[in-house]
Amino acid sequence: MKATSRAFKANARQALGDANLQRAMVNLRTGFAERRAHAVAQLPEWEELRAQGVAIKKDALAHLDFYLEAFEQKVIANGGQVHWCRDAAEANETVLAICRRLGAKTVTKGKSMIGEEMGVNDYLEANGVTPVETDLGEYIIQIRHEPPSHIIAPAVHLVKEQIAQSFRATHRDLDTSRPLDDSRQMCDEARAVLRPRFLAADVGITGANFLIAETGSSIIVTNEGNGDLTQTLPKAHIVLASLEKVVPTLEDAATILRLLARSATGQEFSAYTTVSTGPRRLDDADGPDEYHVVLLDNGRSALLGGEFEDMLRCIRCAACLNHCPVYRAIGGQSYGWVYPGPMGSVLTPSLLGVETAGNLPNASTFCGQCESVCPMKIPLPKMMRHWREREFQRHLPPRAYRLGLAVWAFFARQPALYRIAADLGARFLGAIGHGRGRFRALPFAAGWTRTRDMPAPEGHSFMSLWAARQAKRAAR
Amino acid sequence: MTEKPRVALFVTCLVDLFRPSVGFAAVKLLENAGCTVEVPRLQSCCGQPAYNSGDRKSAQAVARTVLSAFAGFDYVVAPSGSCAGMLKVHYPALFADDAALATTARALADRTYELISFLVDVMKVERVSARYDGVATYHDSCSGLRELGVKAQPRKLLASVEGLTVKEMHDCEVCCGFGGTFAIKYGDISDKIVGEKADNIRASGADTLLAGDMGCLLNMAGKLERAGDPTKVRHVAEVLAGVAGPALGEPGDDA
Repeated sequence: MKATSRAFKANARQALGDANLQRAMVNLRTGFAERRAHAVAQLPEWEELRAQGVAIKKDALAHLDFYLEAFEQKVIANGGQVHWCRDAAEANETVLAICRRLGAKTVTKGKSMIGEEMGVNDYLEANGVTPVETDLGEYIIQIRHEPPSHIIAPAVHLVKEQIAQSFRATHRDLDTSRPLDDSRQMCDEARAVLRPRFLAADVGITGANFLIAETGSSIIVTNEGNGDLTQTLPKAHIVLASLEKVVPTLEDAATILRLLARSATGQEFSAYTTVSTGPRRLDDADGPDEYHVVLLDNGRSALLGGEFEDMLRCIRCAACLNHCPVYRAIGGQSYGWVYPGPMGSVLTPSLLGVETAGNLPNASTFCGQCESVCPMKIPLPKMMRHWREREFQRHLPPRAYRLGLAVWAFFARQPALYRIAADLGARFLGAIGHGRGRFRALPFAAGWTRTRDMPAPEGHSFMSLWAARQAKRAAR
Repeated sequence: MTEKPRVALFVTCLVDLFRPSVGFAAVKLLENAGCTVEVPRLQSCCGQPAYNSGDRKSAQAVARTVLSAFAGFDYVVAPSGSCAGMLKVHYPALFADDAALATTARALADRTYELISFLVDVMKVERVSARYDGVATYHDSCSGLRELGVKAQPRKLLASVEGLTVKEMHDCEVCCGFGGTFAIKYGDISDKIVGEKADNIRASGADTLLAGDMGCLLNMAGKLERAGDPTKVRHVAEVLAGVAGPALGEPGDDA
């Protein structure tokens, strides 16, 4: 997927003026944040569970090579295959090679953020294989030719009228007078349209929430059951997974699953949790003939042992997005790549470079909500600050900003001088702002005063008033 | 009786520049609680503008002036959760690779508190003697809430203010969109966030908005004022100390 993260500010401005998007984002709070709060409140052992989850992921990352090799051995023993891919290009070629060998014309797809990272849909399409998204949200954005705006609810930025319009424009063989007013009708329509696609697909591609080292299994969680049809009906099941998805045991996955659904949607458990272990066995009623795991690195191994390693604990629950005031204001597409919100603001510069994605870690108020709701206790604000430090070291922030900061720092590191400057500033601004009590425009803070007033200072610095008071007391 | 604790007031740059009356309110509250208050002369800022802009070196330089100016007191108290959080949570991290300064920073961190939580948690203040006629709603500023656990303490003391009713607003724990330089660098997004905050403030039915951080207060006051909203915006210390003069953004006394 091509990144537009450099245009973040322009993207955000557009999103702020998009009435449909602003209407849709209201649902985030009631649909996700409030449900999560309720689910967490029901679980007295929540903090203990978080600590266990963190410990599992830390162990997995500390011994990643060991667990991944153990996983591969099990996959092979089960009759499947693991394809180690350094980057998106290798992963795409691997997927295409499997499709070509099987003569695949269409592939069905369950939701996969790694697939988005690879841009696998565009790649397959350009090479004569038709990908069909089967997750409802992914299907909607596929027919609208849009990137996802959320890591678990890719079409959350849309209102249902927009979706109905896209359905009418795409499903042209259906009765044009049919009602499409509520989500039930749209679900039914998507289901009817997708059913023959499931049956016709030659290959099914899914993501993975976990790879299990002890059994060689992959696990997906869904609420629609589309993942099961995607992976069991075609000749081959291809799992797209990044390497940090591995955990040692099924028991470990079960622990993290208790955190995942509650953090994501406020459910105790997702409607479907599907464990896939190799291709169809002789006595299995159904299942694919081939089972492939495309294991993608794409820059992740370079994060191991560094200040961004904690990011690899992320289980993609999206709680940080749902609770982020910035994400809620502008939606996910503004971030300009696959991963939006706080987790994206750390991960995107890690994978694409801070030159491309430097805006993202800067566009945070550091309110800390993301870290406080993260089931994996990832210190997201701290890592965004690390990115700002790297950016500053490379002189990437605008010259005017760096100059302003340097002037401020010159005074701030010399408090005696600062005291004089602050009093002068307070007197000057206080004198010109006194009558009205506030400013409607300030030249150095136009970003502020364009939309807000700036209250005027009282007229003297505290330090000067305090010095005067002390002198008066001493004279008494 | 044990000797009065010696408290150094970390004024904070925004109180120093914009609203000295909050500094005097803090002094009054601390003295009423039985502290001896001193104001070290060589103080400027906690260094957050540099720290959060990625300029670690400047942040360290500013922080070093704080470490030396605030050494030797029993406590260091700031009328801000954000600045107190910087000293308490972030200074030790800022000097993590310098053993000697890290020790000094940790010692300072152990003695540093946000004003209202210091009054309640350390000085065991149960009530204040102040009067404020009105209905107030309280915004929980992010750093104070999430880094320092400031939540119940201001509400406890506000409950003892005569004439005052506190009405909670929806989403009082959600960020106001200030975020330091964020408010200027990403002014459009910041404005959208504070716009929602202003809606929640209005919906609460309160006539006064209180919080413990000047940055958030300037932001919310600026938004309310631009909309012509009459809600009075004040630092919580002003109300607790009973020294509430003109609200933020109102013309001065002699205007």
